Amino acid sequence: MSRHRVKAISYDDDEYDEYDDGYDSQDPQERDLLEQCTREVLSQLTAGDPSVSATRDEVQEALWHYYNDVEKSVNYLRGKTTKVEKKKQGSPPPDSAAKAKGRTVPVYPLPPTTGSSQRAHFSAAELFLDSPWLNVPAHRKADILVEPLYPRLGLLGGAPESSGGKMSKLAALAAARKKEGGKATAPSAAAGDDTVQPSRGESKDAPLSLRERLANSGKQTKSSEGSPSPHGSGRGYRSGQSLPQKKSSPETSPQNLPAVTKADEPAKSEHIDEKGMEPATVNIRASPSTFAVTMVGDNTRPKMTEPSHLYTNTLDLIKIYGQDLAEPFDFAGPSPDDVVLNAQNSAKGLKSKQPASKPQGEKKDQANLAGDLSSLRVTEKVHVKSKNLDVLSEYKKSKRKNAMNFVVIGHVDAGKSTLMGRLLADQNAVDKRTLDKYRREAEKIGKGSFALAWVLDQDSEERARGVTIDIATSKFETENTVFTIVDSPGHRDFIPNMIAGASQADFAVLVIDSSIGNYESGLKGQTKEHALLVRSMGVQRIIVAVNKMDTVQWDKGRFEEIEQQVSAFLTTAGFQAKNISFVPCSGVRGDNISRRSEDENVSWYEGLTLVEELEATKPYSHALEKPLRMTIGDVFRSSIQNPLSISGRIDAGSLQIGDHILTMPSSETATIRSLEVDDEPSDWAVAGQNVVLNLANIDPVHLRSGDVVCHASAPIPNTASFSCKVLAFDHLLPSMVDIHRGRLHVPGRISRLVATLDKGSGTVLKKKPKIVPPGAVARVVVEMDHAVPLEAPARIVLRAGGDTIAAGLLE
Amino acid sequence: MRLIKNRIGHDGSGSVTLIPDEPEDMWHAYNLIVPGDLLFATAVRRVTTTAATGSTSSSRIRLTLEIRVKTLDFDPQNSQLHVSGQIMNETPYTTIGQHHTLDLELNRQFTLEKKEGPDGEGSVWDSVAVEALKEAVDEGGNRKAEAIAVIMQEGLAHICFIGQFRTVLRQKVEMSVPKKRIGGDHDKIMAKFFKTTLDTLLRHMEFNTSATSMSNNDPVRPVLLASPGFVAAAFQKHIQTVAITTPALKRLLPSIIVVHSASGYTHSLTEVLQSQTVKTLLSNTKNARETKLMDDFHDQLRKETNKATYGPREVEYAVDQGAVGRGGGVLIISNELFRAQDVAERKRWVSLVDRVRDIEGGDVRVLSSEHESGKRLAGLGGIAALLTFPIDDDLESDNE
Repeated sequence: MSRHRVKAISYDDDEYDEYDDGYDSQDPQERDLLEQCTREVLSQLTAGDPSVSATRDEVQEALWHYYNDVEKSVNYLRGKTTKVEKKKQGSPPPDSAAKAKGRTVPVYPLPPTTGSSQRAHFSAAELFLDSPWLNVPAHRKADILVEPLYPRLGLLGGAPESSGGKMSKLAALAAARKKEGGKATAPSAAAGDDTVQPSRGESKDAPLSLRERLANSGKQTKSSEGSPSPHGSGRGYRSGQSLPQKKSSPETSPQNLPAVTKADEPAKSEHIDEKGMEPATVNIRASPSTFAVTMVGDNTRPKMTEPSHLYTNTLDLIKIYGQDLAEPFDFAGPSPDDVVLNAQNSAKGLKSKQPASKPQGEKKDQANLAGDLSSLRVTEKVHVKSKNLDVLSEYKKSKRKNAMNFVVIGHVDAGKSTLMGRLLADQNAVDKRTLDKYRREAEKIGKGSFALAWVLDQDSEERARGVTIDIATSKFETENTVFTIVDSPGHRDFIPNMIAGASQADFAVLVIDSSIGNYESGLKGQTKEHALLVRSMGVQRIIVAVNKMDTVQWDKGRFEEIEQQVSAFLTTAGFQAKNISFVPCSGVRGDNISRRSEDENVSWYEGLTLVEELEATKPYSHALEKPLRMTIGDVFRSSIQNPLSISGRIDAGSLQIGDHILTMPSSETATIRSLEVDDEPSDWAVAGQNVVLNLANIDPVHLRSGDVVCHASAPIPNTASFSCKVLAFDHLLPSMVDIHRGRLHVPGRISRLVATLDKGSGTVLKKKPKIVPPGAVARVVVEMDHAVPLEAPARIVLRAGGDTIAAGLLE
Repeated sequence: MRLIKNRIGHDGSGSVTLIPDEPEDMWHAYNLIVPGDLLFATAVRRVTTTAATGSTSSSRIRLTLEIRVKTLDFDPQNSQLHVSGQIMNETPYTTIGQHHTLDLELNRQFTLEKKEGPDGEGSVWDSVAVEALKEAVDEGGNRKAEAIAVIMQEGLAHICFIGQFRTVLRQKVEMSVPKKRIGGDHDKIMAKFFKTTLDTLLRHMEFNTSATSMSNNDPVRPVLLASPGFVAAAFQKHIQTVAITTPALKRLLPSIIVVHSASGYTHSLTEVLQSQTVKTLLSNTKNARETKLMDDFHDQLRKETNKATYGPREVEYAVDQGAVGRGGGVLIISNELFRAQDVAERKRWVSLVDRVRDIEGGDVRVLSSEHESGKRLAGLGGIAALLTFPIDDDLESDNE
């Protein structure tokens, strides 16, 4: 371990050592390879059409630059020769001017030259070669340099792409801009282009492979440091140069070297076209001189927008100080400012597609380039491809079991969670091991009887207090139906949560504690309120589970008493008698839940068990054809892949992966990245299903539970005031209320009592009543401070001071 | 507020000179000053002078201005009062008739003159104004009864300052808390929510949590934590946990009271103020009395619908019938009505109050519109009455 660390620290030094060592010497194997490649290149050059001749040195240099890639070297040399020929006809080469001006350059160090990098033509480097003051030993220069910290950040933030990093948003934006610019210039560029047309594949692939190789060579260096191989030194030198290259963006050019860098940058030639120059002007440019190469590094070297000494090695000290002086300024080219701007524009966008250097003679197919650019998408947006399914027909095709939701309601401590825990355990929806674990843990804190409830009460607070606080959903399957249990809290403080649960339900299971005293208190407490609430939220069928019958020794009389009282109450609450059924049961012991009780005291009961009653419920149809509406039940982070998810039940309509949804009241759009129906991945979902939507392209601040998801084509309106027809549970007068609709819970006030209405016919009994008595139906106007998504016929509940005062329908 | 000079004549016209010395006094000033009054106060005015050469220079000059009030603008969050109107006195820098907005400042005296003009514009020191002045000047000296209430529910907290005359919502903390689920981060986000709420609360209390403040013996105002369920208790526990590492916070702990509320919205404050523990704590505040009054009204309306009424026209009708008189008649009126921009409107309410008090012999309670009870009253039209005998006002309302 420590060895590695030491190595990592000394990494920079090693590199320089190898740099020094390997600079002049080439190991035999390397030389053999070079020879071999040289021969091949020469033969290809002469064989090709038009036949081109090149000197050995040229070939070797090209090979050196292309890392012995024969094909590219051939292309390069061919292009160069063509260019040189054209240049002879054209203007005098800028090199001579550079040479002349070069003399006035103040003292700058020159790079140590290598045999392999000798240029065939006259160059500034050679001119300065014999200047003693320039030949500062490499090791001395190396000392004053600071090696860059890897990975380097891009100009616009984000890690460089070459190191596999992620682009910053800013960079992505720049790329997108550039792309647009590229599109605009593409046609004109294509028109002026008539020289060699490289094949598409090659022009694209070659640069990429080069980049890969650069990256690879960097890696190899690291590995070769560990175990010095015969290749070590030779490779080391190259990678010494290539390492900084791969860190920096290949396309960005030093803004202060317009003349030179333009010549070898195809991308730059495009910008020149933009400036209205003829392509020929570009082509007659000479290949970079050694001097230029020296200053820029070499021509495979990426051009950096910022000539910071941090990224350069010894050679590039020149770059830091006034290198412009060494160059003749070619006014034909774009101004330095333009170059900077262009470089900045192109920096990120072209990076991934553009080569570090292209064979200069070979003109890039401009149209091709533009095409590449348009296909290049670097945006932060996640694009999810929609399958464009016809969801409704898919739904009809699918042979799913019936799916039904039911809410479990009842007074606090009636045993709702325990009953449901038992149900889940009996239906094998919870494995035995988990159950045993809960039992052990529950006993540990002295709440053994709560073990079953823990199946649904997952929250630490709920377990510690033995009270359900928030709704919990869980599902189990019978032969032909998938049931989703919505276990709701019984405590009056958590009725808002219960309302949220009830809004997701098709029918309800009312749990009643049959034990002496508790039943009576429950009837006064939440038993009634819950029953009224679920009824006013549209639930029609209710199954009454008379729980804890074991505590009253399965007393038939007791059961009948409860049955009579509760059914009387439920009928007045608006349930039809045929939709009410009663089951005596015991949640703790599991009697009459999934199996009939074996207790002989229960022999009097002939009816169905709870599960049978559940199955006897007819499935409900949902508004599949209507516009999408889904109330968000929860906003959470489900996993690293899906950092933002929402859950809820689709109230109406359908959706599928890739849909763009609108969330109200924030009016923000989001994309459905993926979705789950009942915890199973799916491509689509329809009304009535419980879904988890994994979203993209939206900030979580725009999402709150209670918000409504819809499609932009049929958005739900936001409203700050509405009129509604309500059934009063308490005296109503203009006052502050809490407005509930599913998870939506907002403060508001009854601003006007419009009229009291007749219960049956709905005709106005009295206009502008002073107060609405309990039990009356009234039309009221409710105002809110903030607009919320509500539309008729939404079922709303009005509460005040912890009591439900009215429930009704939006008009 | 300190009264420096009182020159109110028998006819109700005259002036008073006052010095506001705490932010709540701005609220009183807001209730005292009505459009049409004359206000003398120091002001800072930017004066632009043009030299002979045409160059201009501007400077800020402090001068005493007298303005005739046109509009008032009260910022309840910062307790600032801006009074704008036309300048009435000649100064070297201003001319009569120019407009100016005076910003009343703490500890800087102002003089308020009320006088009825020849054609009925402006109002005098009527009974309501004198009452308001008495309240403002605070002769009893029992002003300090105030508390801070944090009304919470999961992911939502309202930090309110309950003063004697008004309740100010200082800050709302809102955070999206994921619901419970297996492996979810409900607990983590709740902890974050508590932390944010505590930080916000301390910042608004200007509570010094540095170690040096340990020796600080400033009394800490009571902090009421209210929520449905266990949120408030969990928050108290969170504060206790934080106090272990931040000893200065220990000073806060004894003043924390956990009470129940039905929801985390500000209108639950009513329930908080009704709870027994809070009642004993704040028994003497105007706020508690007002809350009680509104509850009585609601009860009356429920039990004997016709023995209580609300709404401007209904109450006026009841007063006309003589139902708001001796033996239990109470007129409940929000001070918002007296702040009407229209002088005639104000006079209408003042005369109603005078009539109930002096002629009918009923009780008159002026509720602060900035309290929760005042807001409840505002929902009823700003005015309500408990009646001595049942009257049927149906006919009246049907005739509209």
